[in-house]
Amino acid sequence: MDLLIEGIRKAFFLLITGDPELRRIVWLSLQVSGTATLISMVIGISSGTALALTSFPGRNILVGLVNTGMGLPPVVVGVFVTIFIWRNGPLGFLGILYTPAAMILAQTIIAAPIVTGITLAAIQALPRNLYLQILALGATRMQAVWLLVREARLSLLAAVMAGFGGVISEVGASIMVGGNIKGYTRVLTTAAVMETSRGNFDLAISLGIILMLVAYLINFVLTRVQQAGRSR
Amino acid sequence: MRDGRTVLEIPDLQIHPGEIVSVIGPNGAGKTTLLLILSSVLRPTRGRVFYRGSPISYGRAGLQYRRQQAMVFQEPLLFNATVFDNVASGLKLRGLAKDTIRGLVMENLARFGISHLSGRSARNISGGEARRTSLARAMAIQPQVLFLDEPFAALDAPSRETLIEDLGRALKESGITAVIATHDRTEAMRLSTRMAVMDAGRILQIGDPDFIFKHPASEFVAGFVGIENLIPAHVVRAENGRLVVEAGGWQLEAEGRFPAGGTVTLCIRPEHLQIITPSTPGIQHVVNIFRGRIVKKTPLEHVTKVQIDCGFPLIALSTAPMDVTRTWSPGDTVSIAIPPACIHIIAR
Amino acid sequence: MKSKLCIALGLLFCVFVAAGPLWCADPAKTIILATTTSTQDSGLLDELIPVFEKNTGFFVKTIAVGSGQAMMMGQKGEADVLLVHSPAAEKKFMAESYGLNQRLVMHNDFVLVGPSQDPAGVKAAGGAVPAFKAIAAGSALFLSRGDDSGTHAKEKTIWKAADLNPEGQSWYQQTGLGMGQTLNVASEKNGYTLTDRGTYLAVKKNLNLDILVEGDALLLNVYHVIEVNPAKWPKVNATGAKAFSGFMVGSEAQEMIRTFGKEKYGSPLFFPDADKKEGDLGK
Repeated sequence: MDLLIEGIRKAFFLLITGDPELRRIVWLSLQVSGTATLISMVIGISSGTALALTSFPGRNILVGLVNTGMGLPPVVVGVFVTIFIWRNGPLGFLGILYTPAAMILAQTIIAAPIVTGITLAAIQALPRNLYLQILALGATRMQAVWLLVREARLSLLAAVMAGFGGVISEVGASIMVGGNIKGYTRVLTTAAVMETSRGNFDLAISLGIILMLVAYLINFVLTRVQQAGRSR
Repeated sequence: MRDGRTVLEIPDLQIHPGEIVSVIGPNGAGKTTLLLILSSVLRPTRGRVFYRGSPISYGRAGLQYRRQQAMVFQEPLLFNATVFDNVASGLKLRGLAKDTIRGLVMENLARFGISHLSGRSARNISGGEARRTSLARAMAIQPQVLFLDEPFAALDAPSRETLIEDLGRALKESGITAVIATHDRTEAMRLSTRMAVMDAGRILQIGDPDFIFKHPASEFVAGFVGIENLIPAHVVRAENGRLVVEAGGWQLEAEGRFPAGGTVTLCIRPEHLQIITPSTPGIQHVVNIFRGRIVKKTPLEHVTKVQIDCGFPLIALSTAPMDVTRTWSPGDTVSIAIPPACIHIIAR
Repeated sequence: MKSKLCIALGLLFCVFVAAGPLWCADPAKTIILATTTSTQDSGLLDELIPVFEKNTGFFVKTIAVGSGQAMMMGQKGEADVLLVHSPAAEKKFMAESYGLNQRLVMHNDFVLVGPSQDPAGVKAAGGAVPAFKAIAAGSALFLSRGDDSGTHAKEKTIWKAADLNPEGQSWYQQTGLGMGQTLNVASEKNGYTLTDRGTYLAVKKNLNLDILVEGDALLLNVYHVIEVNPAKWPKVNATGAKAFSGFMVGSEAQEMIRTFGKEKYGSPLFFPDADKKEGDLGK
């Protein structure tokens, strides 16, 4: 129990003194997970909407894959990405193993199905004829899709938050493809794991607390945007 | 065609500028599908749609046509925004100037009597107000052709009344060509210049609403325009447009050109049947009189509905005053009269 | 609302992209060092690596994994240089020509730790093999890392020497965790475990375990630095590997190793051996 209190005290201390090591770790966490979420948002919202509005042979199989992908174990993603991007793998020439780029890649693979799946459900939940009605008012296909996306904005923001939540907190893939290199690929989650294995529980707890604070702040901002979309 | 079924089969349909055509028929007749095809939202499996002489295109190329028409669905399908924003949405798609948009929106809000709801969220308005918003949205873009799917469905009677009036006025003022799908014949009669009766994907009859009302082409159409009495009969004698037909043991005089010996269906409107007594004035001039027994009597708002058995079932709507109808009871024998001109005959 | 959101997103994106250059490291100047978690956890590398990087301008990516994985990385050419302590595995590695220049760097030792009450009477046994025998005889709780790490390999050697097979016994539990965490489990459950002295000293304050057996020759933990053979894997940064290897056996690094941990724990964690021969190792 005193370990917990010690952890909280350490968290405050680190935050207030603006510990440089901590700053690097937090900033890198935000950069990596933020970029991955942004890319997933673009991929996810466009694929989810496309899947929702079209029909083609094999669509159901694809939807099934997306829904399964939402629950992909991050560690499995880490193993697969590692095998592809290590020096002697098919993508080895990129030389991105043990770089933040590899972490962004792995996290995007984890987050994209989440955003896609929730977007798919959100667009399908809109009234069936809304798309046709928008077209019948003289919209181009692009305009119609944009209006649908806007109409579903509450759910789509939830999708983005779900994607972000999934990757800011994941550690299995990040540690495998990033290598947890100090000052280079060490993020909040991987640092916490390392400190735990070293037995520095108070530090691990403080990192965990700071991680939750960061996640809460981001989600706070996103929630404000989302709830502003509610009509009066 | 959809899922292997033929949903719509219309060899030819023409709509002229300025017309208000109503398409009536039971649910599942294909009215909505027809509208969707005319407005280019759906593509026909076979055949083509022409607009002003040229075939319409679809997809990107179809944008030009799509912007000259507007369709309003049965559900209001409003956006989660204010009423003003909803009505403006069609205009915003066209990238018009803010002031122009404002002007057109306010004009159409006034047209449909919802100016006071301009700032209200679309989630907080009644069903009737939502319907008006949806119509205002379509009219705001000043289309050349307007397609309306059941615009008056699920509204309470007073709302319907005012909306029918407002819409009728709006359509006349703007001179827009409109195609309205509805299952209610009275709406169709009030608003339209031409009426088409549909069933099972086919147009059974199209023409002036009054004409169809009086001269349905088939039993189905007759039933749909309110002719509740459809009596099988056969022609006994035919002479120069005057016929004697026989049904249920009674011989009646009627008008029409049918061969003697042929089987026909007599179409008689309930309101044209008169229940008479020996003291009814002018009785000596009545040609067709037959008798039957009252089966059931139902008082309605302004008339009394009487179901009679004359050897064949008959429904009559009597406008006789209460002190007369009060004397009628089930089981009573009554005499019924019908002028020959009110018997509409359809071949079998 | 649409425009505000777009602006916000755009800014965010620019920020991330601007940091882009940070992520592309020059491959010729990058060395991938595969080592073990216990080595990294001791904190020694946190001192040595920055000095090496400053001296040479190389960027060292220290990947700390289990011993088995480190050796595998070398075998697959995914690492440039290894810093490991698994004699048996290293022998095989060198025999199969995966490595060049296996050089002795330092050693530390393993110790057998357990609850101070010592129910199995391990202290009195006086030696690694007798201690293990005592534990088996008393069915005392023993925690093994069970992860093919150097520590695990050492532990298996001792069981073999004692002619015992603890696999499957109820008192023998495998955690599959790193050394620090395994120590915590042992502390929680009042069990025995084999650990390297360095990790034990670093984590001691959180534990209620004592050193019960130490000093046995069998308990020596020897570290070698091995360059991965570029003949087998041409993509390996052979120059970098050579530079690192040279640094580790050089006088600057050896001196740092000699004094590391003295201040913090009272006794040094490692003993520099670059100048010695394999057979001469001892306390």
